[in-house]
Parts: sequence; structure tokens; C-alpha cells
Amino acid sequence: MNKKQKNLLIRIIVSAIFFVPLYLISEDIVHADIPQWLIIVLFLVPYLLVGFDILRKAALGIKNRQVFDENFLMTVATVGAIILGEYGEGVAVMLLYQVGELFQSYAVGKSRRNISDLMDIRPDYANIEVDGELTQVDPDEVEIGSIIIVQPGEKIPLDGVIVEGNSALNTSALTGESKPIDAKAGDEVLSGTINMTGVLKIETTCEFDESTASKILDLVENASSRKSKSENFISKFARVYTPIVVYAALALAIIPPLFMMLTGIGMGGYATTGQLWMDWVLRACTFLVISCPCAIVISVPLSFFAGIGGASKEGILVKGSNYLETLSEVRVVAFDKTGTITKGNFEVTAIHHSPLEEKMMLEYAALAECHSSHPISLSLQQAYAKKIDPSRVTDVQEISGHGIMAKVDGHDVAIGNEKMMTKVGVKFLPCHHTGTIIHMALDGEYAGHIVISDELKPTSKEAIAQLKNAGVEKTVMLTGDAGAVAEKVAAEVGLTDFRAELLPADKVTAVEELLAECSGKKRLAFVGDGINDAPVLSRADIGIAMGALGSDAAIEAADVVLMDDDPLKIAKAIKISRKCLRIVKQNITIALVIKLGCLALAALGIANMWLAIIADVGVMIIAVLNAIRCLYTKNL
Amino acid sequence: MKKSYKIDVDCAACADKMEVAAKKTEGVKDAVVSFMTLKMKVEFEEGADAAEVMKNVRANCKKVEDDCEVYI
Repeated sequence: MNKKQKNLLIRIIVSAIFFVPLYLISEDIVHADIPQWLIIVLFLVPYLLVGFDILRKAALGIKNRQVFDENFLMTVATVGAIILGEYGEGVAVMLLYQVGELFQSYAVGKSRRNISDLMDIRPDYANIEVDGELTQVDPDEVEIGSIIIVQPGEKIPLDGVIVEGNSALNTSALTGESKPIDAKAGDEVLSGTINMTGVLKIETTCEFDESTASKILDLVENASSRKSKSENFISKFARVYTPIVVYAALALAIIPPLFMMLTGIGMGGYATTGQLWMDWVLRACTFLVISCPCAIVISVPLSFFAGIGGASKEGILVKGSNYLETLSEVRVVAFDKTGTITKGNFEVTAIHHSPLEEKMMLEYAALAECHSSHPISLSLQQAYAKKIDPSRVTDVQEISGHGIMAKVDGHDVAIGNEKMMTKVGVKFLPCHHTGTIIHMALDGEYAGHIVISDELKPTSKEAIAQLKNAGVEKTVMLTGDAGAVAEKVAAEVGLTDFRAELLPADKVTAVEELLAECSGKKRLAFVGDGINDAPVLSRADIGIAMGALGSDAAIEAADVVLMDDDPLKIAKAIKISRKCLRIVKQNITIALVIKLGCLALAALGIANMWLAIIADVGVMIIAVLNAIRCLYTKNL
Repeated sequence: MKKSYKIDVDCAACADKMEVAAKKTEGVKDAVVSFMTLKMKVEFEEGADAAEVMKNVRANCKKVEDDCEVYI
């Protein structure tokens, strides 16, 4: 609790100690032989003690022409009640209103701190060695190229390259993934990760403001300033709602009693006209108490803030409340293939029809291709996995568009596509697998073929299934690959549709076509790696970049950034947004229904002020507690 | 030119009022108040003196919500 809150708490307690006994004996004192003014003074003591700041604010509001705020409502209602002789109600309303204010201020402050702490990956210090001793300095002051030392258990303060030491790193603050990553000298490390096991010496490669931790923090902190439609709606609603209720209360205080007096209808219930007026003015005051819009106004931004906080805990950065809102309406998801559904690294997945041992065949292939840096050659070399001795290879001849001919250990090796085989006059067996097929001929004899394909990510299939579960109707893959490859991948992971053989510019057109098919409130999300699909990311209703850790371009281009490259996070992000929006709607509904219900009861004279203030504070407490649920994302 | 300022205010409705007041201040092109992070982002008009404008922003905010603060 801060000073202001403590101050208010003390005032509430003292005022309550004074008021409660007074209220309990109020029936007796009214009938006892005590002058009326003394009773008023007795009640005014707790009233002024707890409510003087509200009265002051209301007066200032009138002076500054900001009449219709909740301070004004409370002042009119309570002063009205006291004038009408309902001393107890007047004081109680002010007291309970302040209890509500205190709770709101405390709960919001606390959840704000909780969420901020959760997102706080800002490192507090960096260790620098000065004259053989470690000194802690502000990360802001560390220059590029400095050597910093990070002890086990410490946060890495700045992005850099390890120059000495081995360790396991925990990147969960950035990615939400808690599996540690091994790091050794020469590896790049990002600020915000936690060094777990060994001491690391790191040469920094950027200044603090440019570091990953600062950028992410900046992004999340700015997210709540991009307001959603719901938030804007509520602000506007609050601006018109309060004046309307004040006028309605005024009308309630004047019109019905005037009507009754003039027509004589319903006058039977009242002994005097004075009583008639008192009853209706009291109803109007009750009206004012219920009308305070705080609960709705606070709960909506709090829900979004908690939702964004909860998502960032999972390694999902949502760049604004508006994007969280759009995300919840996503019904069509378009994917890039390479790097999104597949790993984006080519691997040898099969070897067929080889008379040689598979290892031998790979060895020949890898050796023949050893001078090439083509991704296919690299994947062959990787599959071979042993050290390659280039001196075993002679007479290398690269035939563009066909393949490579070379002598390996004195054997003639021809390796390449079907055209290559035809060129060297070797009969080959076609392959029914999809992927890139590498045929090989050894000394003029066919030696089989190697299938190289891009592997699916292990979670792709489940991710698509989860998206369907989350209500996504259409999942479409956009790829530059050949139709056969695309079809196979689409079938394997369970996509509803695919578009193949697209040039980068075609992807924008494809997304536009899909957008045109989306009717009503259906939104389209595009998921890519953010590197060369920035135009598509920005064209979609919402652009999601994945595997974005350390890639500024992706973070810049996308609306939602997944820090690691797990496609499951897409469904997770959508589920978080749905939950958040559901809670926002719940809160708006609960608050409006209860408030309107109480307003009706008050107008009919059924609800008294006690009920009114308890409903008001109660709704607020429920709304705040409900909003905080947005933070919990574990079981989605 | 855009700048971000720390603010202090107690209720969400009050933060909205501050936003409206800040937007109306001369020299301010746009302003966004985030109650959650207690920050005010102000975009200034071309050639406006930020320090001078912010004094007025603070004064205007105080007018609509006595119990607030803008840390300039």
C-alpha cells in the first residue's frame, strides 16, 4: 500500500469506529431529548472525516466545469440523504464508497505490479572487471565491445558473443520455453536470458537501448497504449453515461411527484406532500449512487493488460490491445510453409535402390559435393556427419542445372537430377517420394537415389488440430514449392487448403483473395517467419511472426510476435485472446445488468441506498477479480 | 516528435479525462494515456516546444482531475 492508500484506510477505520455505534443507537437518539442540530453534527463527524476529499473534488469539478464525475454523484447523493434526514444512509454510502475506492486502488495497483514484474526482464546491472575486481555498473553505461562477466544465476544484461566459458542458458523469460540451451565460446547470447551453470565472459555487441531485453520490454509496455475497440467504446460510454444518469435522477426527483400532485394518482401512500417529495428525492439519490461507472471503466483495460501480460509470459508478444481483440476474431489462418510448418532445414530422409551400403553411398555423394555450398550439398555433408577429406576428390565438374561429376577415390561419380542421369546415359529408377531426389551413378552404373526433404516441425500437426479446436475454420498454406510437395505437407498436417508455386508477390495476392472470402467479423491471420514476408504480414488482418527471437525485422513487421518457432503457440495466442475477450464481455455484461437492474429497482423505490452502494462496490470487486483471470494462461 | 511521460492517477476514468485534456492542449497532436502502465505518450505538433507544451498539458490535466500528476 502506498501512502495515499494507507491514509485512506486509517480514515475509513476511524470513521467506521465512530459511525457504527452511532448508527446502532440512531433510533434511540432520534426519539431522545437531544436537539436535532447535535445529531446532525454527530453524524457529520464520520461523514466529513471519510469523505472530505470527495466533497472537495466535487467542488473543484464544478469550478473547472467537469461537473459529472463520480465525486459529484456521491456528493449529491449523500448530501441529499443527509438533508432528507437519512443521516445513517448518507454516511454509510460515503464510507462504503471509499472502501470500494480503496479496494480498487489497491487491487489495480497490485495487479499492475504483478504483471509488470512478470514482464520485467530488464537487467539491473552488468558486471565489469576493473583492475581484477568485479564491479557492478548500470547496463546503460556499458559500451559496445566491452567484456562483461555473467555469474551463474544472473541475467545476461546485454546482447553479445561469448568469449570464454560454457553454460546452460534459460531463455524462458524471452520464449516461454523452459528447456535450457547450451552455450559455448563463440555463441551469440541475448539479453534477458538467465545464465544457469557456468561463468561467462561476454563481449557486448550492442548498447542497452538496442538490446533484445530493452526492445521487448518497450514493445510490451507500449502495447497498452494501442487501445482496443472495447476500450474506446467504454471510454465513450462513460463520457455520456454519467450525464444521462444525472439528468435521469433529476427527472426522477421532480416529474413523478409533480405528476402525482397534479393528478392525485398514487397520493394515498403519502401522508403529506413533504413526504412525497422526500421519497422521490431519496430514490433519485439512490439512483446516483448506483450510476458510478468505475467498475466497467477499470475492468476493460485491466483485462487487456492482464491478457497481454499472460501472453508475454508464454513468449507471445502482442503489440497492442487492438491486436488481442482482432486475434480473438481470427477464423482463417494462412501459413508460410518453410520455417513455419516445416523446419526450413533440408535433411536426407531416405535412400533407395542402392546396391551399396547406405553409408557408403552417402560418403560418395558427400565427397562429390564437398566443394559446393548449395543447401542440398550441405545437407548431404551433414547427413554424412564425418570429416570430409577433399583430397580424395579430383576432377570436379559442376554441370549447371544437372549436377556434379567427379572422381572420388578413383571412381567416377555422377550425381544430380534425372537430367544428369540421362546425360551420362544411366538408366535410373524414378522415386515416388516427394522432395528433392538426388540420383547417383558410380562408374557408369546406377547407384540409387537420395531423398532430401524439408522436415515437418514435430508439433505442426497438433498445432493445426488445436487451431481447428479453437474455432479456426480454414487453414491455408502458401508456398513457393511445387504442387506435389505442398499437397503432401498439407495432407500430412491436416490443412484445409494450400496454394503452391507462388512467387513472393503472389502471396500478397493470395492473402487478398482469402481476405475477400472472409465475411463479416471473420479475420485472417498470416503466420510467417517475418524475414521475407513483411508485405504479407502487413496485408493480413493480423500478422504473426514466429521464431522471431533476435530478428528485428520480424518484430517490426508483425502485430503478434512468437519468440520461438513452435507452431503450437499460434493456437495458444488465439486461445489467450479469446479468453481475454470473453472476460471483457462478461465484465461489461455483469456490470451493465446489475447496474441497470438496480437502477430500475431504485426508480421503483425497492432498492435503498444500502443495496445501491453494496451493488456498486460489489460489481467493481467482481469485475477486477475477473479481469485478473486473464493473466492465467497455463491450462489453455 | 513523440515523448513518453510518467504519470500518477488513481482511477481509470480519471486517466481517460487526462487523455482528453492532453489532446486538447495546444501544441499536442495526439496523446494516449495508459492507466495500466501509468504513462502518457504525447505526440507534439511540428515546431512545438515540448517543455512548454507539457506545462500546459499538466495544468489542463490538473483542471480535469485535481488528484493527478504528470512528471515532466
